[in-house]
Amino acid sequence: MDALLKKQLEIAATKVRMGVIEGVHAAKAGHPGGSLSVADTLTYLYMHRMNVDPKNPTMPDRDRLVLSKGHTAPALYAVLAQRGFFPVEELKTLRKIGSRLQGHPSMGKLPGIDMSTGSLGQGISTACGMALSGKISSDTYKVYTILGDGEIEEGQVWEAAMFAAQYKLDNLVAVVDNNGLQIDGKIEDVMSSYPIDEKFKAFGWHVICIDGHDFDQIEKAFNEAETVLNKPTVIIQKSVKGKGVSFMENQVGWHGKAPNDEEYAIAMKELGDHLAELEK
Amino acid sequence: MEKKATRDSYGEALVMLAEKRPDLVVLDADLAAATKTGTFKKAYPDRFFDCGIAEANMMGVAAGIASTGKLVFASSFAMFAAGRAFEIVRNSIGYPHLNVKIGATHAGISVGEDGASHQCNEDIALMRAIPGMTVINPADDVEAKAAVLAMADFVGPTYMRFGRLAAPIFNDAATYKFELGKGVQLKDGKDVTIIATGLMVAEAIEAGKALAEQGIDARIINIHTIKPIDRDIIIKAAKETGKIITVEEHSVIGGLGSAVADVVTEECPVPVIKIGVKDVYGHSGPAVDLLKEFGLCAENIVAVTKAALGR
Repeated sequence: MDALLKKQLEIAATKVRMGVIEGVHAAKAGHPGGSLSVADTLTYLYMHRMNVDPKNPTMPDRDRLVLSKGHTAPALYAVLAQRGFFPVEELKTLRKIGSRLQGHPSMGKLPGIDMSTGSLGQGISTACGMALSGKISSDTYKVYTILGDGEIEEGQVWEAAMFAAQYKLDNLVAVVDNNGLQIDGKIEDVMSSYPIDEKFKAFGWHVICIDGHDFDQIEKAFNEAETVLNKPTVIIQKSVKGKGVSFMENQVGWHGKAPNDEEYAIAMKELGDHLAELEK
Repeated sequence: MEKKATRDSYGEALVMLAEKRPDLVVLDADLAAATKTGTFKKAYPDRFFDCGIAEANMMGVAAGIASTGKLVFASSFAMFAAGRAFEIVRNSIGYPHLNVKIGATHAGISVGEDGASHQCNEDIALMRAIPGMTVINPADDVEAKAAVLAMADFVGPTYMRFGRLAAPIFNDAATYKFELGKGVQLKDGKDVTIIATGLMVAEAIEAGKALAEQGIDARIINIHTIKPIDRDIIIKAAKETGKIITVEEHSVIGGLGSAVADVVTEECPVPVIKIGVKDVYGHSGPAVDLLKEFGLCAENIVAVTKAALGR
């Protein structure tokens, strides 16, 4: 990846992470861990790759993204704000009464949200529907969907996986954010969904495995997905839950907990310092 | 009287609809032969997509298709469409208020020989509890076709319930007009009101005739739209006749009877006696015999009505 582009994306991703912490802290609720692990890929997609127009959020030929792991809405909101769909100040209204930023994405409420999600396992099915619709009318838009590694324990995910292969949805790219943790503990201790790559291969998908925090690998993966015909692609990204905030990294406890004022200050200082370094 | 299963009407209506709506897409879950979406599949194979035995995914796919602006019907048996996929219908279709039409066939015990696992007596209860869901239970071929065509133009999540058993056709195709949310008074009366839906409407009409012969003047109302229900016609009936008998091929919990009682208890409390499946499971048998056994027939409607009037 071009060095300047990479730097710009790293800056943007850091701002997304700050937006996550801002939102969750202001709300005193939310899911920082999984939001932080998926921040880089979301940044890459919305800030660089996806054909979207904040001035025309529902344009029919836009690329679509379904955040199937809907609880990481704070990250989606942060990147949509940065992309210009709504003011960055609004991030502080997360989860508050009357806010457009619902606890889990709610389409129709907030511009830029392509599907309401939150109940795990459902988003991918809706993404399949969007992709199929595109095939039916020979549209050229791409559909992206992001899942968690705990989420793929839901049976419906595999119904959708079968469907995507059956209907050769090569305009669909799924991302599985493999941060290794779920609420009750590590994936392998609660209900192992491993090996993720073998499973998707068996379901007829093209599989790409990457480091979810490496923009070179992220770009390479999405470029590769674009060349795959007649089958859907899944990008399985190894990631760190809580990435970017030292005390949150790899901690089960930071799945769905808001930082208190002290923790918030530490987190924002870390991210702020990192941002300053990048912007030198 | 001619008879036709409303599932057949559904299949035929989809074909009629396809001609007017090039954006129509139909989904099924490996039951196209039974739900009669197969009729559409045969005529328009490019617009039919089998989702296999995976109803939850099918409903999500329907939501995704609807979000891109196409008109989509998704079908399976009521047990699986409303039952198995309930949460997906509620969260992926209902909550975002997406324009998905669920065509659920094989509702109620008239499913017959397949038995209890397939006889869904809970679907109306489930679907009416979803905010923003329109719930329709057409009574005959004429009404079913008209409803499908009308609901295609209506924008919003819709659940339509069809049956396996041939139902008597009592509506006049030439003059019938489907009005969403409006109950249809088939016969005026002052002694008592019988409110029926779906397959039971024809039975209610028969019961009305038998009661008349015995000097009981029963008002007969067809409620095809369970939600949003026609409060006015129900309240009028409560005020003017003082007693209501409801009849449905569904549990007495949460269906038409409950919906009628909900209206009446608030506005004009009168006794509402519910004829339906009395919180039990069905079982295997020929549909016609089962309906008799469970009291879902004109004979029982007459008996219950007379008992309610102390005759």
